[in-house]
Amino acid sequence: MSNAVVEIENVSFGYQSGQRVLHEVSMRVPRGGLVGIMGQSGCGKTTLLRIIGAARLPGEGSARVLGVLTSELDGDALYALRRKMGMLFQFGALFTDMSVYDNVAFQMREHTGLSEELIHDLVMMKLQAVGLRGVARRMPSELSGGMARRVALARAIALDPQLMLYDEPFTGLDPISFGVIARLIRSLNDSLGATSIIVSHDVKEALEIVDYCYFVADGRIVAEGAPDAVRHSGEPFVEQFVHGKADGPVPFHYRAPAYAADLELESA
Amino acid sequence: MVESIVRGFFERVGRGVTARMWQLGYGARFLFYLVLHSGTALRRFRITLREVYYAGVLSLVIILVSGLFVGMVLGLQGYETLQRFGASESLGVLVALSLVRELGPVVAGLLFASRAGSAITAEIGLMKATEQISAMEMMAVDPIARVVAPRFWGGVISMPLLAALFSAMGIFGGYIVGVELIGIDRGAFWSQMQAAVDVREDILNGVIKSVVFGLAVSWIAVFEGYDAAPTAEGVSRATTRTVVTSSLAILALDFVLTALMFTGGNAR
Amino acid sequence: MNRSTIDLWVGLFVAAGFGALLFLALKVGNLATFTTNESYQVQAKFANIGGLKIRAPVKSAGVVVGRVAGIHFDTETYEAIVTMYVDGRYKFPRDTSAKVLTSGLLGEQYVGLEAGGDGMMLKNGDRLRLTQSAVVLENLIGQFLYNKAAEGAEGKDKK
Repeated sequence: MSNAVVEIENVSFGYQSGQRVLHEVSMRVPRGGLVGIMGQSGCGKTTLLRIIGAARLPGEGSARVLGVLTSELDGDALYALRRKMGMLFQFGALFTDMSVYDNVAFQMREHTGLSEELIHDLVMMKLQAVGLRGVARRMPSELSGGMARRVALARAIALDPQLMLYDEPFTGLDPISFGVIARLIRSLNDSLGATSIIVSHDVKEALEIVDYCYFVADGRIVAEGAPDAVRHSGEPFVEQFVHGKADGPVPFHYRAPAYAADLELESA
Repeated sequence: MVESIVRGFFERVGRGVTARMWQLGYGARFLFYLVLHSGTALRRFRITLREVYYAGVLSLVIILVSGLFVGMVLGLQGYETLQRFGASESLGVLVALSLVRELGPVVAGLLFASRAGSAITAEIGLMKATEQISAMEMMAVDPIARVVAPRFWGGVISMPLLAALFSAMGIFGGYIVGVELIGIDRGAFWSQMQAAVDVREDILNGVIKSVVFGLAVSWIAVFEGYDAAPTAEGVSRATTRTVVTSSLAILALDFVLTALMFTGGNAR
Repeated sequence: MNRSTIDLWVGLFVAAGFGALLFLALKVGNLATFTTNESYQVQAKFANIGGLKIRAPVKSAGVVVGRVAGIHFDTETYEAIVTMYVDGRYKFPRDTSAKVLTSGLLGEQYVGLEAGGDGMMLKNGDRLRLTQSAVVLENLIGQFLYNKAAEGAEGKDKK
C-alpha cells in the first residue's frame, strides 16, 4: 500500500483531438502533504487539477486518486470517491439561492441522514474554523470576496474530506484575506489529517505554506522541489517565476512578425 | 464566382440544418436523462414546490392582467362584428371558445415562455457560469436531479394552471365589456356560452394543449440554460434562444394539436 | 422569502388554478347539465341524417333531454344508426318517434322526440321504430322545381 494519495503517471490530455494541454506529466502526493502546482495562466495546471478531481479522464497515462484509478470508475464509484474529496473553486462558487448556513449544510443534508440539530452544531463548528460563524444567516450576495471564499472553504470541508483541492485560492484577495486563507489552508490540512493540493500562481504565499511544489510550463513539469530549494534554484524558469522577472525563458514578447514589417518600414 | 456564392449558401444551410439536428438529438437525450433522474424532484417535493412558486406564482400578475385585457378586446371586437349579423347575443360563445380553445393556452404559453422560461434559462446558465454546477458535481450531487429537474417539473405544473387562469380572466373581461359596458343580456351571454362550450371537446382539449406547451417550454428553458456557454454573453444568447424557440414551438404545436383535435367529421 | 410563505403562495396559486378550471367546466361549459343523472341508451335508424353530429342535442317539446352519442352506418340496410343517451329522469313510450330537425333556418341539426301513446316505456338498448329523416335542401329544391314545372304544364294543357 503506497503512501501516496495521488499518483499521476505519464498523463497526457487535450480538450480537443490534436491539441495537447498536458504532456506526460507525473507527480506523487504523499498522505498528509500540502503540495503546490504552479505556473502561468493557461499552462495546464487547472486541467491537471480537474484530472485529479476525476472531472476529466487522462487521454494517456493513469491517474490514481485515494487508491482507485479514475479511468475505472462508474457513476456510483465516482460519486463515492468525490465524497472523500473537497474542492474550493476560484471564486467560491457558493449557491446563490441559499444562505451561508444552507451552503455549508448542503453536503450534510444531501449525503448524511443527520438530524437538523446535529447539522446545526456541525455547521457552526465548520464556520467557527474559518472564523465566520457570525454570517451564518446571510446570503452569499451579501459577502465580500474573501468572506465568500472562506465560506466556500467551510462548505468544502463539511464532511471532513481526505483530499482537498484548491483552485487559485488567493486570486483577487486583499493582503489580509490572503494571509487568512493561507493560514487556514495550512491549519486545516494539519488538523483534518488531510492531503491538500493547491493550484496557484501566487508564488510567495504558496511557498510559505506548501511542503513541496511542482512547476508547470506549456503542459510539462519543468521543475519541482521543496520551497527552500525552489527559492534558491538556479533553473531559469523557476528563477523567473519565483522572482517575478519580466524576461527569461518565458519571453516578454509574444510571437509576432518582425517589428519593422509591422511598422511598414520595409516596403512591399 | 456565382457558383461559389451559391455553393457557400447551400453549405451554410446544410451546416445550419445539421447543427439543429444535432442539437435536437442532444436535447432529446437531455430530456430523457432528466425524466429518468426526476426521483429527487418528486421525493423532495419541497424543492419542486419552490420552483412552482418562481415559475407560476410570480407569473400570475402578467397572466391575469393580460388575460383580462385580451378578454376585453375580444368582447369589443367580437361585438363589433357579431352585431352586424344580429348575432350579438352569441358574444359569450365567441369569447369563451376563442379563449378556451386557442388564446388561453397559446398566449399564456407565450407569456410564460418570456417570463418564466427566460428566467429559468438565465438562472441555470448563471449557475453554470459561476461554477456552481461544477461545485455541486464535485460534492457528488447530480446537478440535473437537484437543480434542473425541479425547475422542469415546476414549469410543467404551473403552465396548465396559468392557462386556465388566463381563460377565466378573459371570459370575465369579455363579460365586463359585453354585459356591463355594452349592455348585452346577461342571461343570454352565459346560457349561450354554456350551450356551446363542451367540457370534453373544448375545455379538455385546451387543457391538453396547455400541458403540451408547458412540457415544451420547460424542456427548452432548462436545456438552453444547461447548454449555455459559461459567459455573460453566452447566458444572454441562451435566454434569447429560449424565448424564440419556445414561441415558435408553441405556435407550431398549436397548429398540429388544433388539426388533430378540432377538425374531423361527425363520426369519430 | 421563507419556506412557509412560499408554501402559502404555491397553495393559493394551485387552488386558484383549479378554481379557474372548475369555473370553466361548470359555468362556461356544460358539465353541470349532464353528468349528474343516470341516462339510458336508445337507437334509431334513419335514411338520411343530414348534418347531424355527435354530441348534438336530443330534444322533446324543445327541451334538451339527451345527447347523440354515436353515429354508425348499417351495411345491411344502408341506413344510418344513431345511438342516443336519454336522461333517466324522462321516460318515453315505446312508440316514440324520432326526427332529425334543424334549429332555426340554417342552424345545427338535432334529434326531436315525439312521445307516442304506448303504455310500455323505452328501456336501455331499445330501438325507436318510427323515424323521419332530415330534410335535404337539394331534394327540397328539386321537388319545388318539379312541382312548378308540373303546374306550368297543366296550365298549358288547360288553355
